[in-house]
Amino acid sequence: MRRFAFVVRGVAWRSIHNTIVSPSIIIPSIVFPLFFFAAFAGGLSKIAQVPNFDYKPGYTAFQFTFVFLQSAAFGGVFTGFAVARDFDSGFARRLLLSAPARGGIIVGYVIGALLRWGITGSVVTVVALASGMNVPAGPGDLFALLALGVLFNLVAALWAVGLAMFLRTEQAGAVIQMPVFVVLFLAPVYVPLHLLTGWVHSVARLNPATFALEAARGLLAGTPTDIALAFGLLGGSIVLWAAFARRGLRSAERAAG
Amino acid sequence: MPDGEAIVASGLVRQFRKGPRAVDGIDLSVSYGEIYGFLGPNGAGKSTTVHMLTTLLPPTSGQASVAGFDIVHQGRQVRTVIGAALQEAALDPILTGREHLLLQATLQGLPKPKRVQRADELLTRVGLTEAADRRISGYSGGMKRRLDLALALVHGPRILFLDEPTTGLDLQSRTALWEEVARLAREEGITVFLTTQYLEEADALAHRVGIIDHGHIVAEDTPERLKAEIGSPTVEVVPVEHDQAELLRGTLEQFGTPVSADGTVTVQLPGGEAQLAELVRALDAASLHVASLTLHQPTLDDVFLAKTGRKLEGAADEEPEEAPADGGKRGRRGR
Amino acid sequence: MGAEHASVLEQIGAIARRSIVRTFRQRGLLVFPLLFPLILFAINGSALSAATRIPGFPPVSYRAFALAVPFMQGALFVAVTAGVDLARDIETGFFNRLALTPLRGGALLLGQLGGAFVVACVQAVVYLVVGVASGVGIASGAGGALVLLALSTLIAFGFAGLGTLVALRFGNGEAVQAVFPLFFVSLFLSSMALPRNLIKTPWFHDVATYNPVSYLIEGVRSLIITGWDGQALALGFGFAAALAIISLGASSLAMRSRMART
Repeated sequence: MRRFAFVVRGVAWRSIHNTIVSPSIIIPSIVFPLFFFAAFAGGLSKIAQVPNFDYKPGYTAFQFTFVFLQSAAFGGVFTGFAVARDFDSGFARRLLLSAPARGGIIVGYVIGALLRWGITGSVVTVVALASGMNVPAGPGDLFALLALGVLFNLVAALWAVGLAMFLRTEQAGAVIQMPVFVVLFLAPVYVPLHLLTGWVHSVARLNPATFALEAARGLLAGTPTDIALAFGLLGGSIVLWAAFARRGLRSAERAAG
Repeated sequence: MPDGEAIVASGLVRQFRKGPRAVDGIDLSVSYGEIYGFLGPNGAGKSTTVHMLTTLLPPTSGQASVAGFDIVHQGRQVRTVIGAALQEAALDPILTGREHLLLQATLQGLPKPKRVQRADELLTRVGLTEAADRRISGYSGGMKRRLDLALALVHGPRILFLDEPTTGLDLQSRTALWEEVARLAREEGITVFLTTQYLEEADALAHRVGIIDHGHIVAEDTPERLKAEIGSPTVEVVPVEHDQAELLRGTLEQFGTPVSADGTVTVQLPGGEAQLAELVRALDAASLHVASLTLHQPTLDDVFLAKTGRKLEGAADEEPEEAPADGGKRGRRGR
Repeated sequence: MGAEHASVLEQIGAIARRSIVRTFRQRGLLVFPLLFPLILFAINGSALSAATRIPGFPPVSYRAFALAVPFMQGALFVAVTAGVDLARDIETGFFNRLALTPLRGGALLLGQLGGAFVVACVQAVVYLVVGVASGVGIASGAGGALVLLALSTLIAFGFAGLGTLVALRFGNGEAVQAVFPLFFVSLFLSSMALPRNLIKTPWFHDVATYNPVSYLIEGVRSLIITGWDGQALALGFGFAAALAIISLGASSLAMRSRMART
């Protein structure tokens, strides 16, 4: 167990250290969510005037929840990129050969993803509050919102790290990123679910990200709905993608010899 | 053969914004048809010199002409008479060998009907006919270098600049390229200016060698004369019977001070190779039977050591930053 | 050897041919820029359909309103591909090989952009066909569709000029990639998602008004949803031409400096 903890600590430390000391890694992680927040909350605010758009805290808060979860997801995706880069540079192979408990590698990278999101999520939240976002939620709701973000980050990180271990090249970046991007944008990003129409409504109704997003919006508004369902779905996703990441690790182990 | 020298340089200097002078006042004179070897460690200034002579980099001071054309004021004329294979075998991995040659032939202004013919001819000459329609990404290092050479020859240049053409190649590929370069000079009269950090390459190919270190030419002559200048050859003799080593040693004392090691006795011949026959007669007179007798000429490494106080191998300098002192924006050129 | 000087047109043709061959042989480079804007178009065209219920929104489907966006995104991808290609040539030394031939800098630049031009044309046709197939009518008719292709190609040409400018100035592909997000910011901070008069947030409205990308997108959009709108077209073509002239002019100067043979 101590050996496992040792590997987790080492990999997580390296992951967050590289994030902090490399502007090329940390800046896009922070700038992209902020940019989406500015573009959506600023450019589309008139959408709140659409009849039956009934989100009380306003459009800024409505978009904040999306960007909050998006930054959580991209914290995981960017960590997947880092894993792929480690395979390209040969570092991952060395890690696989030297780590006494290889399961700790995945956990270490995932914790690195969480710490990375700790930075970007904080920045996004501070900017949203500074721009005058309404927060009717109580402390319990906010804690639950944070927990939702953490689980969302874990799901994305396990997917990205697992896939990176299967593909083992940075060129696979688009393959890691695109599905996350599509799943996020097939949720009710711009308007509540009941205002979506056509095929996007049909897809969004079944999209797990929709449940997380609607739950997050309910929590921020202080009127939580379907929270258990959202947490249950995210918990189930974590189990599923953890198994996927474990298989990715096995595949990488076989390749490393 | 045109009048004058193929390449002439006088006081050529290239100063970079950061770091020392990469080339610090070199003088050169290369005759038509000659293979001139420019030997030195990494960072000595070889590539910077080539970039100046091929008009890719203006000199900070000094003059040079190639085929009688001034490298600063007649750059276009210089480029029409030279071919160059620079240090990076700069090829497009997505294109095929034939496509490279056709592109080069078009840009060099070969008439349309001649382009295909010239590409075929060069592909045959460098042994790439079978690989002609394969993408470069599948070529070996040796194949890339041979294609690089073919590209430099597309427009039939009179003077060829080869910047470390065999770096990273295996012995077989290296030897094949040497043969082709030697043939170009011998049969087509092409002047070759070749930079290298390999002693054996300069020794095997060059009619004359210039040794460059820290931007200065520290020695220049034929390889034989450079080596002769350093000292006389040595002879290594191994007797058939080990117990004859002492007798052998005594016999060789008349030529110099013999050194014994592992049953081999070595002695320097102050009179050069001419003394070899005399040495054999002395061995015969002493009734000594030898298992082997080897004559060792001084190497260019000995010359480099004598001129710079360092061995060529491992003598690499830090390359200067490629930002010219005159404020030009030249990126990576000159390496 | 009987070498003459190749005409400038021949030089441009040779470089353009190489650029096109390169692009079409790397299908990943072609497919992603083609698919990504279409995926976003499919999602946003439907997900933002509620926006049509905002008072003052043009009386068209959101899909029709959004069809202009893929043309812009495609142009940005073309810019990056053109820039990265040139930067790679500089990094690998291929640029030096070209510099040793009688190739003129302008011919290299135009040839390189010729490849981008062909890719932009192919992309624009695909976007138009997909848009029409998804039920979007072109208000300006068949003639308008041709003008739309011309305008979007001119825009792509202008952005590609910016890509090559960055490549020539910095000489490495990473710099070009790093500038790419800035291009996208300029697109998002425009009237991409809503008409300018419906952008409520004051700072965003101001940015979108001063952002030339708004006028490029509105020029393309006018042909799709309005018909022949002289002012929108004049502004669209005007800004596109200005972008092309400025970016190509600056690229030519950068090329002169980069290709400073003696």
